[in-house]
Amino acid sequence: MLKGTILTLELTAVGIGMGLILGLAAALARVYGGKWARWISIGYIELFRGTPILVQLFLVYYGLPGIGITLDRLTSAFLALGLNSGAYQAEYLRGAFLAVGEEQMMAGRAVGMSRWKTIRYVILPQALRLAIPSWANEPVALLKSTAVAFLIAVPDLMTKAKAIAVQTYDPIGAYLAAAVLYLVMVFLLDQFLKWVERTTRIPGLEIEGKKA
Amino acid sequence: MAAPILELKNVTKIYGSNVIFKNISFSVKEGDAIVIIGPSGTGKSTLLRCINLLTPLTSGEVYLDGHEVNVKGKNEDEVRQHIGMVFQNFLLFNHLTALDNVVLGLTKVKGMKQEQAIEKGRHELKRVGLADRAEHYPGQLSGGQQQRVAIARALAMDPRVMLFDEPTSALDPELIGEVLSVMESLARENMTMLVVTHEMGFAREVADRIIFMEKGSIVEEGSPDQLFRHAKSERTREFLGKIGDLYGKKEGAKKKK
Repeated sequence: MLKGTILTLELTAVGIGMGLILGLAAALARVYGGKWARWISIGYIELFRGTPILVQLFLVYYGLPGIGITLDRLTSAFLALGLNSGAYQAEYLRGAFLAVGEEQMMAGRAVGMSRWKTIRYVILPQALRLAIPSWANEPVALLKSTAVAFLIAVPDLMTKAKAIAVQTYDPIGAYLAAAVLYLVMVFLLDQFLKWVERTTRIPGLEIEGKKA
Repeated sequence: MAAPILELKNVTKIYGSNVIFKNISFSVKEGDAIVIIGPSGTGKSTLLRCINLLTPLTSGEVYLDGHEVNVKGKNEDEVRQHIGMVFQNFLLFNHLTALDNVVLGLTKVKGMKQEQAIEKGRHELKRVGLADRAEHYPGQLSGGQQQRVAIARALAMDPRVMLFDEPTSALDPELIGEVLSVMESLARENMTMLVVTHEMGFAREVADRIIFMEKGSIVEEGSPDQLFRHAKSERTREFLGKIGDLYGKKEGAKKKK
């Protein structure tokens, strides 16, 4: 069960990491991009937020071979979780970009910085900080969603729990143990995210603050 | 006679069918402090933003040091480096300390080395009397202090001209004085300035020339003495009379302190 727990954490970490990159790109494209970038971003976000993660996982694992892309179980799980999480993270980040506002962009441009430099050095550092409190829901949600990997037989915590339940004829004990392990992981993750939020906090920079 | 630093020729801004200002022409010579006054909504702030290319002009020409700036293909970021801008609501970078607010443009735009930029940043903060607030974040500073940091941020770029867009309008009355006195000392150092303000005391004492704008046009311009005592236009006299009543008390109170 320990191995399964570690794999569940791996699935979460890779999903969040891949999702952060995708989500950041999608949010930037949607808020600051041109017409095409915006439409592609909206399409991606709506597609992956509007369909069940299980369908996405099956499409990647069973569907992609149909167009000649065959991925192993673990890669499929990483990809599906990353794509799914990216869509949610894009929405959290988009909200934060909008909260930072056009005025900060104007201030950056007035100093002589280009649009991109202003995004990089002024908007992004503020948006990421503003995003943390709401964004912090996503790693927790994704951690629990990783259990769908069971359905393509990735040996995660859920898969291991099922195996043990079958071996020991003790489903209550096995699944309770799994539940406790998920609970502990969520708790620790929560504490970690709160710590990140505290250490990156800047006086006067918060969404409900007197910023404007 | 030296060429003007800033020259506007027939600049016009129209939003849809809404004329913001029309056929505005004037020039600013090196060391001039020019104050634009006029009722709210007459396009004064938009005019400043157009000069700084933050808003596109509908027509007309703007020259900085004899070079036309609002032409296609011109590097806007390069132009803005030479024009300092101070906004009504400060617009400091909220995630950076006072010092880093000043330093960011130096390192990212001018390509200055970090140590050098910090040294210059500290110097500029000292200039606005905030050397001891360098490590404070905007959220920890009063409005007046934030605005002075914003002035230091603009000054650090060594601009040819400084634009002030109602720099004291968002401030509590007791904080206005500290910002105005920084601006006065800049004018004494012969910084070229174009100031939109309702502070008539400042206009009277500091301006080399006052431009009175209303409904998108220049009604009258001249020295403070001309406008305050011998205004040609009835409208100018009326406006100055009204605003004098409104702000006179406040300024009187300030001087007693």
